[in-house]
Amino acid sequence: MSGTDRTRRFEAAVLPHLDAAYNLARWLLRDEQSAQDVVQEAYLRAFRFFDGFRGDQDARPWLLSIVRNSCFTWLRERGREPVEFDEERDSEQRDPALYEATDGPERLLERKLERAQVNAAVATLTPLFREVLILRELEAMSYDEIAQVVGIPVGTVMSRLSRARSMLRTALAAADKED
Amino acid sequence: MDPHEDTELSAIVKMQAERHAAPAGLRDRIVTSIRQAETPSRQEPKPQGWRQWLNLGAAFAMGVLASVTVVHFLNAASAQERLAQDVVSSHVRSLMAAHLADVASSDRHTVKPWFSGKLDFSPPVADLAQAGFPLVGGRLDYVGGRPAAALVYQHRQHIINVFVWPHDTRAPTPPAALEAQGFNVIGWEDKKMQFWLVSDLNASDLQAFADQLRGAAIAGSPPAPGKR
Repeated sequence: MSGTDRTRRFEAAVLPHLDAAYNLARWLLRDEQSAQDVVQEAYLRAFRFFDGFRGDQDARPWLLSIVRNSCFTWLRERGREPVEFDEERDSEQRDPALYEATDGPERLLERKLERAQVNAAVATLTPLFREVLILRELEAMSYDEIAQVVGIPVGTVMSRLSRARSMLRTALAAADKED
Repeated sequence: MDPHEDTELSAIVKMQAERHAAPAGLRDRIVTSIRQAETPSRQEPKPQGWRQWLNLGAAFAMGVLASVTVVHFLNAASAQERLAQDVVSSHVRSLMAAHLADVASSDRHTVKPWFSGKLDFSPPVADLAQAGFPLVGGRLDYVGGRPAAALVYQHRQHIINVFVWPHDTRAPTPPAALEAQGFNVIGWEDKKMQFWLVSDLNASDLQAFADQLRGAAIAGSPPAPGKR
């Protein structure tokens, strides 16, 4: 029964990454039910494409790229993400004050940042920036792996990540002032 | 220490941002849906007294398997030819319908990211302008029953379509070189992808391009994933 065999291989390769898949979807879609639906659909897609997956490959970036693509399709269908992403236009010009925004090398750690504040600040980032941040910090992926997931060059991963961090600092600083 | 890292901010995000665990039940739902997805195409529905049919069925299956193997063997060449036809038709369509590129750019850093979110794989895109084969753009295509990335290059007045899709053991092996309807077709596969090139360019120039592209794909391919 090659069918069942294939299913077993598939489950062994990708089910261990369910938390990573769900976490990414949950952060991108910011809704528990939608994240569950999209992850389930992404697993089905992955199953259909599993023949193209080599056994010696790491399944996590492969799976997460399918999950993230499903998420962005979902967002796009609901008009929540620009279809074309322009690295220049959509990042630097969005907030020209970004780079001088953080008031000096302030010690973020010294301020008592609440869990809710950090979560809210991460949520203010647009999905493309949130995505690289989540993959890097919460999934501890290498630049290469993130590049595979997102389908962009490693250099773009690094610049996007650095912009995501600037934005996050700004958001955290703003959240702190509100208190 | 990596200068790109921001350890302070990283520590805050790692400590404070929530890593959402998959809710209970999601795993089971996924397993169920996968097994359901497998059933219709892979297994016959089982009648009540299925046991009594099993032996007969197994014998029949062996017979089918044997003939399928033989037929498959005989069909291998023609499957390749059929796919070559499909690739050539795609090439011709792309020239006729003025729909050569969905993303028109000679910059591979524009073309490659464009495919993300549209395909489940990321085709290697090489810059071969120096060698006389500038990139024209890329588009989504559908070849041999699967989505494919089509990369468009140019040499003098000749357009070259490069079709790329993930390596698939069920698909016929690409031909080293063949001619179909007056077009030259060259293909190969590596561990990840299959490549089919089509052009009205003469065979030796197309072969030179294929060599360049192949060299670039090997040189530019990232280290094997999961090793860091």
